[in-house]
This record gives sequence, C-alpha cells and structure tokens, in this order.
Amino acid sequence: MIPQIIKTFLDSDIGYSFMKSKVAIISSVIFFTIVLVSLLAVIISPYNPFDPKNVSLMDAFTPPIWSVGGSVDFLLGTDQQGRDMLSTMIYGSQISLIVGFSSIIFATFLGVFLGVTSGYLGGRYEIIVMRLTDVQLTIPSILMALLVDGIARGFISKSLHDDMAIYVLILAIGISEWPQFARITRAATLVEKNKEYVLASKIIGLSDIIIMLKHILPNILRPILVIATIGLSQAIITESTLSFLGVGFPPTNPSLGTLIRFGNNFLFSGEWWITFFPAIFLVILALSINLLGDWMRDALNPKLKVR
Amino acid sequence: MTFLKINNLDIEYQTRKETIYASKNVSFTLKKGEIIGIVGESGSGKSTIANAIINLVDKPGKITNGSILLDETEICNNEEVIRSIRGKKIGFIFQDPQTSLNPLFTIRDQLVETIQTHTDLNYEKAIEKSIKLLTEVGIENSDKRINDYPHQFSGGMRQRVVIALAISCEPDLLIADEPTTALDVSIQFKILNLLKKLTVDRNLGILIITHDMGVIAEITDKVLIMRHGKIVEYGKTLNVLSKPNSIECKSLVMSIPPTNKKISRFKYLSPEGKQIIDSSLNLTKNIIKNWGIRELSNKKILDFKNVTKIFDEEKILSIREPEDKIKALDNVSFNIFEGESFGLVGESGSGKSTIAKIICGLLPPSKGEIKFENLSLFDPKNKMKIKEFRGQIQMIFQDPYSSLNPRFKIKNIISEPIKFFQKNIDNYSLNQNVNDLIDIVGISRTSLDRFPHEFSGGQRQRISIARALATKPRLLICDEPTSALDVTIQAQVLNLLKDLQEQLNLTILFISHDLPVIRQMCDRIAVLKKGTICEINQTENIFINPKHMYTKELLRLMPKIKSIN
Repeated sequence: MIPQIIKTFLDSDIGYSFMKSKVAIISSVIFFTIVLVSLLAVIISPYNPFDPKNVSLMDAFTPPIWSVGGSVDFLLGTDQQGRDMLSTMIYGSQISLIVGFSSIIFATFLGVFLGVTSGYLGGRYEIIVMRLTDVQLTIPSILMALLVDGIARGFISKSLHDDMAIYVLILAIGISEWPQFARITRAATLVEKNKEYVLASKIIGLSDIIIMLKHILPNILRPILVIATIGLSQAIITESTLSFLGVGFPPTNPSLGTLIRFGNNFLFSGEWWITFFPAIFLVILALSINLLGDWMRDALNPKLKVR
Repeated sequence: MTFLKINNLDIEYQTRKETIYASKNVSFTLKKGEIIGIVGESGSGKSTIANAIINLVDKPGKITNGSILLDETEICNNEEVIRSIRGKKIGFIFQDPQTSLNPLFTIRDQLVETIQTHTDLNYEKAIEKSIKLLTEVGIENSDKRINDYPHQFSGGMRQRVVIALAISCEPDLLIADEPTTALDVSIQFKILNLLKKLTVDRNLGILIITHDMGVIAEITDKVLIMRHGKIVEYGKTLNVLSKPNSIECKSLVMSIPPTNKKISRFKYLSPEGKQIIDSSLNLTKNIIKNWGIRELSNKKILDFKNVTKIFDEEKILSIREPEDKIKALDNVSFNIFEGESFGLVGESGSGKSTIAKIICGLLPPSKGEIKFENLSLFDPKNKMKIKEFRGQIQMIFQDPYSSLNPRFKIKNIISEPIKFFQKNIDNYSLNQNVNDLIDIVGISRTSLDRFPHEFSGGQRQRISIARALATKPRLLICDEPTSALDVTIQAQVLNLLKDLQEQLNLTILFISHDLPVIRQMCDRIAVLKKGTICEINQTENIFINPKHMYTKELLRLMPKIKSIN
C-alpha cells in the first residue's frame, strides 16, 4: 500500500519536479527529521529535562562536548539549571511545532471560510470581509499577537496562565495570519466561480454550500497549500518571538523562543551555547520549511511546469 | 520566383515520457505574390512550423533535421542571421490582437520603434512612413489616430495595426498565425481582403495558418493539410478541396458544414477509407424507458417576452443612479416550440450568451417575462416550483476545458445531477443510469473512473452532453458547443446532438456565430444584433431569402466553400 503511494507520487509531475530539485529533497529530509524527532521526543531525547530527578545543579553550565570541560553525558552542554541542551531543544521544538501547526490550521479554516464565502457570495458581505482583512493586515502580526495575549491574560486567572499559554498563543498567531488566506482564496474563488463547470452546477440547481464545498474548494487547494507551508514557518517564528519577548511559554515548559531568551542572559558571560543552539535550530527549521514552500509554489504553478 | 523553400523539416518535442514529432519531413515552397495556407487539427504542428521559420520554437522543442532557405540563405537554427531578418524580411501577425500590441505605448511609438530598428530613417521620416502604412491598411484619419493607445482601437482595427507593424519594414514574407480567429465574420472578411490586396500590391508571400476551412477557401492559392506533424496533402486549394486524394483530407472536407444546403447528417470515414454510418439508435432505448415516452406536441415550450437586460456594475456604496446604461438585450421576444431546434446567431456582443444565461436562471432579466411551460421563471411566488423545473432546462457550454470539474471523476460528474434530483436512488439504478448516459454519447464505460484531463476536447464535450442529459431535460441550450473543436470532431458532435434530439424528442436552443453550423442544425433562426432581434424565420428562408439588411450582410460576408459529396 505505502510503496504503491510512493510510486504513484514519484511518477506524477509533482514527484518528478521534486526528484529534480535538490533543495526540495534536502529541506524536506531536514524538516521531516525534525518533525519525527520531536514527535518521538520521549524515546529519542537523552533525558527528560522536566523530570527533577534528571536535573542536577552540579551539571549547570557544562559546555558542549568538544570544548574544554565538556562531558560525554551532555552533547550540547547544559543550561543554568543543569538541564541537557539537546533534550530541552527536542522538547522545545515539539512545542514550537504544535503551536505552529495548530495556529496555521486555525488561520486556514478561518481565512479559507471567509475567503471562499466572500468571493462566491459577493455583495456587501464581501466588502465587509475584505475591509476587515485590510484592517487586520495593517496591524503587524507580533503586535496583534501581543494584544490578544494581553487581553487573554486579563481574563484568565493568574494560576491558569501557564497552562493556558499554549491556547492563547495558537489563537493569537492564528488571528494574525488569517488575512493572507482570506485574500488568496477570495481571488482564486473569483476565478473559479465564473468557470463553466460551476455554472453547470448552478444550472443543475445545486445549493451554494455544496458548490463551494464540493466544486470550488478542491480546485483552489493548491494556492492554499503553498501559503499554509510558508505561513507555518512564519507562525513558528512568531511564536518564538513572543516567547522571546516573555509573553509566550513559561520557563517550566520552554519552547525554542523561551530557550533563546534564557540563553541570552548568559551570552556575555561566555556561555554562548545556551542561546546559540536553539537559535540555529530555529533558523534551520524555518529555512527548511520556507525552501519547501518555495519549491511547492513553483511545482504547483502550471506556468512553470517542468517537462 | 520561389523565395522560401523548406526541405525535410523535422521538429521534435522531448518530454519526460515520450518524444513528440511536431513536424516530420515537411517540405514546401512559397513564391512571391502567393498565399499558402496550412490547415490541420489542433496539435498537428502547424504553428510549430511557422515558429521554426523565425526560429522561435518553444523549449523543449528542437529542429533536428532539414533546412529553411529564404532567398538562398540558410536560416534554420541560425540565430544571428534570423535576428536581422525577423521583422525586416519576415513579418508576423499573431492570433490575438488584444495581446500582441503593448498597451503602454502609443501606436506611433510601436511603429516608429520597429521601423527605426531595421532601417536608418530619422524620427520624422519614420512617423511619415507610419502614417502612410496605417492609411494603407485602411485606418481612417491615420495622422490623428497614430497618437492613440491600443485600447482605443476596436479588435479589427487593432489587427490592422498589427498588420501595419508587420509590413512596416517591407518584408517579403508575412506569416499570419490564425489572424482572424478572434474576430467576427464581418471583420474577418475585411482583414482577409486586406491581406489579399497586400499580396498583390507589395508582391508579398503570405503563409496563413488556420483551422478554418472557410478562410482557406476564401484567400489561399495553395494549401497544405497537416496531421500529426506530417503533410497529408499539398496542392492548389481548389483541387485539394474539390478532389481530395488522401483519406484524412477526404474526411476533413466531408466534415465541413456546407454553406449552400442542409444535409441530414455528416458522413465520415474510417482510417481505412470506408464510410461509417454511426448511429446511437439502439443505445437510447434504455434512456427512453427511464424517461418515459414523450409525445411531440408542438406546443409552445418557452416564451421569451419583451426581455431587456441592463448590466449594471453593482453600485453598493454609491447613491447616484448611473444615467446611460448599455442594454445587453433590448426588448427581445421569441418563442420556442417543443421538439424544434431554434438557432440564435449574431456577432460577439450581440447578447446571445446573455439570453442563454437568463433562460438558465444564472442572470435575472431587468425587464420582461420568461415562461417555461406557462410557468413564469422569475416570479418569486413560484420559487419552489421553479426548483423542480430547473432540471428540465440544461446547458452545454462552449469551452470543454473548463466545463468539467477537474477534480471529479467522470462517474461523479454524471451521477451528481442524478443524485440531486432523485435523492433516494439506490446504487444499482444509479450505476445503470450513468452507464446508459455514457453509452449514448459514445464514450466507453471504462472511462468512468478517469479524470477530465485524460480526455480530448471532443470527448469532454460528449461528457458535458451526458451530464446535461442526466436531469432528463426537455430544453437543451447549446452555447457555441463546437466552436472550440476541430472540424472533424465538430461534425461528430453535431451528429450526436441531432441523433439525440430526434430520439429523445429534445428541444434545442442552439447558439452560434457560425452560420454554416447553424444552417445544419436549426429549424428556425433568430438573427441578433447588439441586443435586438433583426429577423426570425425558417432556416431556409433566412439563407435563401433574407429580409433584414444585417442578415443579408452577414450572409454576404460568410466565407463560402462549395460542398462536395
């Protein structure tokens, strides 16, 4: 079954363009490795950094293995509490990816719903939705996320802050990302809705909801997929920025951004690895997603088809 | 005097899965003062040859063999030589005048630029020459209009400007790739006459590429018929069209709708040269059983009364009413009787498609009433009733490439309307229904599990017909159903429509700009011009004895081919 799927994928035009693009192969290998490792964090990571019995203050500030004073136990060194850097990064990337994926799914649903309905129905509704996206786009996404975060903190009791952080972040990032989806799906819907197969469905008498769901949506999935991929890396970076600014994840449950923030305090005292490794890890993750998105945009563009 | 000589030209397109030969062993010659036509179905390699002459074959295409001699100079694959020749010795006219002029520059800039690139005239002289050229191609007030931008010209005028550009550097050879396909009949006539005149006046050689046999018959001296990259017939136009030798050419000529008489159906030939008499007679039995026997009553089925349609950009925020509105339809009335084929003919912008859309309920009329079986279609009181009636009016669209949802399997495309109208149909009878429908349109049942992109244009149009029939319609609206198809395919689709109408007692509203096709298909015709009806009459009366000035004009301009049997 699975070899069959892989075979049909490689035989298709997209598979062909994938195999021809070295960048796509390398970045997808990196991306899927990171996803796999963070999914299997419990098995793969050397320690569970949040289990107090693995943490010893005696090990704090151990440099990476190749530096003087490095230890075989901690490949990339430890932080100020003696937690293994590699393990915290693996667990951190898990949180970053969960937030990234969930917020992009949230943004996709919201944006695609508003985009398709406004493009298809038109009229006053379209004008209102499109002006809303214009307003939303003038507010920088970090500011928007800070705003949502701030409001949420006001409503949630203090004891729940840390537990609710993940939901607040997903909501905040999702709200700042949806206008992109709404604009692009609206434009694609405007093109599709005047095509004759949609007119044919209207003549048959199908309801608007069925036409939008069954006929238009499957035909505009390509651009949605492309911006969702590029949006994913943006969402991960936004999450890290928020955590870096201190409104994201608490130190007890650190994401990549939180790790960078803590390491930042020790940068000038010579413990460079505490901030350097999470930062590099974040760059590699975001870059591999972006390159994958770039390739996808070209591969799914019929005008740039590789023969 | 032969000045263009093409010898054994081979052009290949290498794709991932196969190598396609766009041209194989093509040889022909062209003299000055001669017009040669290349005809063929889409994909037969006609445009590729024209592009090869000016060395503009798209990648991954490659000229692998052969030679192109222009005035004894080898220009094949010789980019340096060709660059000095392109535009100077060879002029090129493209299909779409909307896109072949740069919209940001005035006509003057574009003409002067071309002239100055290839000659050493100074600016004033170049302008003088441009004005002379524009006058020559028939643009009035050319000294004033030269300062206009392309969008200020109409389509036909724009094509004239393109021709002026093409002849601006006194070329010897003019290549016209479908020069009149985007234009209306009356403008096509004028452009073809202009090309003919230029050939004589300037002693040009013209190479015309077209799929329209009418154009070929009208102006070419010699014709080259291509199929799958090979020349199947080459000779004097009159000879080829009246006494074709090869089977391909015979079947092509037989598929051309004759302009001077009505034939009952088109004949076609099998690859071995035998005549095929196909008929879907036996296949419709199941459908008739399913639909119930319909009696032909000859009563009025559609009443289109005093309909006016004004297109109004929906002004949602502005309060002021716009004053001068363009009427797409102005007080149009006609009736359609059950069982007849009613034709609507007119040039682009005459409102043909607007009528179709109003009948289908895609657009509301601004004024007037449309009654289907005495049920007013736009009366809000009848809303529920109209919903049930929707299936009785179905439409077949012009573009077979966008009329089927690319993400649906053929099976789902056809079964969707059935499921919509018969909510509790069981799987067995649904499959039975779909199989019957796919049988009568002549597509094999194995294709039900495939996607639309695996089919050719003609096959897609057949699938569209099957989908339209799925709701058991009584009125079938065909909006230019064959204008995107090749002649031979067109003949097959028209035959199919005729058969279906006869056996299923369908009423057909046939919309076309193509007079010969309308003549073959319709019992009565309405001639439309700018949203008003000029004349409604029996088909034969219209063609033999037209009353209205406009109808007479249309018939005069229609390219005529003598039919052969």
